[in-house]
Amino acid sequence: MSWWLSLSKPRLKSKKMKKSIVKEQFARLLMYLSIVIVLILVASIIWTIFSRGAKCLTWEMVTSLPGGGFYIGKEGGFLNAIVGSLYIVLASTAIGLIISVPVVFFLNVYLKTKSKLAYVARLAFDVLFGIPSIVYGAFAFTLMIYFGLRTSLLGGILVETLLIIPILIRSMDEVAKNFPRELLEASYSLGATRWETMGVVMRQIAPGIATATLLSVGRSIGDAAGVMFTAGFSDTIPTSLSQQVATLPLSIFFQLSAPQIEVQNRAYAAALVLTIIVLIISLLGRFITNRFSKHNLR
Amino acid sequence: MRTVTVVALLFVLVMGWGLYQKSAPILGEIPLWNLLTDSTWQPFKNQFGFLPFVMGTIWVTIIAIVISLPLSLFTAIFLTEYSRRCVKKIVYPALDILASLPSVIYGVWGTLVIVPWISDKLAPHFVDFSAGYTTLAAGIVLSIMVLPLLVSLFVELFSSVSVDLRDTAYALGSTRWQTAQKVVMRKSLPGIFASVVLAVSRALGETIAVLMVCGNLPQVPQSVFDACYPLPALIANNYGEMLSLPMYESALMFAALLLFVVVLLFNLVSRIILRKIEEN
Amino acid sequence: MKRFLLRRFLANDSNEPFVPNEKFQHPEVASELVVDHFNLSIDGSPILKDVSVTIPANKITCIIGPSGCGKSTLLKSLNRLSDSIEGVKTSGDIRLGDTSIVNCSDSDLVELRRRIGLVPQRPTPLPMSIFGNIAYGCKIHGVGGRRQLRRIVRHYLKVVGLWDEVKDRLHSPAVKLSIGQQQRLCLARSLAVEPEFILADEATSALDPVSSKIVEDLFVKLKEQYSIVMVTHTLRQALRIADYVIFIYMGEVIEVGDAQQVFKNPQHELTQKYLSGAIS
Repeated sequence: MSWWLSLSKPRLKSKKMKKSIVKEQFARLLMYLSIVIVLILVASIIWTIFSRGAKCLTWEMVTSLPGGGFYIGKEGGFLNAIVGSLYIVLASTAIGLIISVPVVFFLNVYLKTKSKLAYVARLAFDVLFGIPSIVYGAFAFTLMIYFGLRTSLLGGILVETLLIIPILIRSMDEVAKNFPRELLEASYSLGATRWETMGVVMRQIAPGIATATLLSVGRSIGDAAGVMFTAGFSDTIPTSLSQQVATLPLSIFFQLSAPQIEVQNRAYAAALVLTIIVLIISLLGRFITNRFSKHNLR
Repeated sequence: MRTVTVVALLFVLVMGWGLYQKSAPILGEIPLWNLLTDSTWQPFKNQFGFLPFVMGTIWVTIIAIVISLPLSLFTAIFLTEYSRRCVKKIVYPALDILASLPSVIYGVWGTLVIVPWISDKLAPHFVDFSAGYTTLAAGIVLSIMVLPLLVSLFVELFSSVSVDLRDTAYALGSTRWQTAQKVVMRKSLPGIFASVVLAVSRALGETIAVLMVCGNLPQVPQSVFDACYPLPALIANNYGEMLSLPMYESALMFAALLLFVVVLLFNLVSRIILRKIEEN
Repeated sequence: MKRFLLRRFLANDSNEPFVPNEKFQHPEVASELVVDHFNLSIDGSPILKDVSVTIPANKITCIIGPSGCGKSTLLKSLNRLSDSIEGVKTSGDIRLGDTSIVNCSDSDLVELRRRIGLVPQRPTPLPMSIFGNIAYGCKIHGVGGRRQLRRIVRHYLKVVGLWDEVKDRLHSPAVKLSIGQQQRLCLARSLAVEPEFILADEATSALDPVSSKIVEDLFVKLKEQYSIVMVTHTLRQALRIADYVIFIYMGEVIEVGDAQQVFKNPQHELTQKYLSGAIS
């Protein structure tokens, strides 16, 4: 029983303890490293886009259409792409909202919480959300051929609408799902119909709709693979739904693959414009969630 | 409203069916197995071997996950287990920015930063020459694109592990890392798996960014410094000329079908698992 | 040390003598927990105000008081689990024997937390098997060897009277046990690292009456060998098992003393009101 003695006097830390402390510090080191890498990556992306873009960006570029010989480095700008993107994004977001708001209401007000249909529907929208935009593009393209449509503004709007509907629905649904059902019951017990109750729900999930909208705007303005097939490209601003239309991401992509430095520089400028738009949208989204969500019942 | 919901459900099926109809001609001519294992790609000689594209996709995705998984795991553990508010205030907006940037911007950044870095700094240590437009470049760019998705999924998983469970582990004398590793991560293991599957499916379909840095050579990449040609890039690059040959169009639509089916399955699996975790 | 061997032996129902683990150190005399002018605030609002009490060894000490008065926070401060609360600030000191709990390094904290076990409010089985749950604490403190671990697991399962119920399914997940069994498992798990103190945060409140009684009886049996601190919301429970009582109201210690004395002859007006049910 000699180990008694060794125990009664204060001992140094055990080997295992030392080992686990070393492990702890090593893990901490790796974590700091990961955080630093992530931050450096973000900084690098932002810095690269801003520094390269700012050098090339001029007022003329964002206010004029491509001139003659634009793609071999002659003058002109990419207003066509900016306006084209805005057309597609605004139209598709509007149509998307018209379709998806009723679906969200249906899922959350009409259907019971444990409904099978709601489960399957949510799953389906999640899956649709995950389908890559190139597949949407390819599918929409075959549809358009089937219906005898040519690549056009209409095609671009349609494919972007299809693309953002799952995003709109699922992100609004996340907010609506947390909506306290007691409030519904309170409304019903006051003798309100389902339709009137929707007004109550609407007020509660308004910030949710706003963030969802911003999210889908951000997604559709940056999407290139979908519109590549369906909207085509054009050097002018379209005047009807059946004309081809340019978009910012595609404009960046095409200009960057040109061999001339001048054209590539314009791609960097366009990339800067796109980045600024997207950053503003995401800041706005953050602001709305922070500002308005605290007024709501949780 | 019920109709709208049901139509949305049918849309998944219609999409699969439409793509299948379009790819039926090539599937009728060349057996599926040959399509996937043949590596000769000469559309104008009617030879459609998808092996280079399939391998390109797989390689790029594996590289992306290998890089982003440890990075996002450590970041998420740090955010949920270690950090105080001030760190979160910097890291979350940074991740938000990553998540909101369009893929073409990642492409631009990739060609400006990653491609020259690989061709000038990294590749000379390993191979004689590399243009920089490589499988590795595509993998790196892709890994950063799936990073915010993985981190946000992980953070959600880890913060759903109850405080009591952590306290229990601490009270037994665990260090923070032991708690994170043996309790928090172990408890979220199914969720981590599902998240990775989801990230893989996201990576599989990424088009423009990858297209801009991967080199676009229809070959089976032998090393990470070889150019590759993933499936989405194949579709995007050739949509213009595909109408010239019916079989060519069918081949590209088969590529889209392939992507659709794989992404659909991966998404279903991961979403069902995540849903189950959320319910508990 | 002799004292320790003796109490181990008493606890063991089986014939085989139980040898305490040489990896764990035990003081010659059982230590007291001394809380010395301890303050705790969260985001600037004070939760505990100038708390000074001495918690005696080898007794059941009950912390009572109306809900939201800071009972649980005090309990969590005793092994510094309060660290994980966001925005927490403390001053003053808490000592176990002559080691300070408030001002110690992270590595000392690990050892201190081993010496103070915790039984949480709701049972928290770690995401492992029954065996793994009990062996976990020993493993992280470097107690190894399959045979030794098996002996430890068997011993502590017998102490909490769970052995006969689970001996055939030691390797099935712990979450499959009933709630009452899980709580006894949690108790066994914290005993397995040979603590001196056991903190119990309303440990019976989530249990059915029968399991609740079993756990209560266990505490009474265990007090010969361990010092037990309990937060309880049921006065009757405190009446049944407490040796020593701390009454807290609005973050302040109002009355401390022997259970008999506090319950039969409360000195302070607030205590009288609380005991008569006027405040709750």
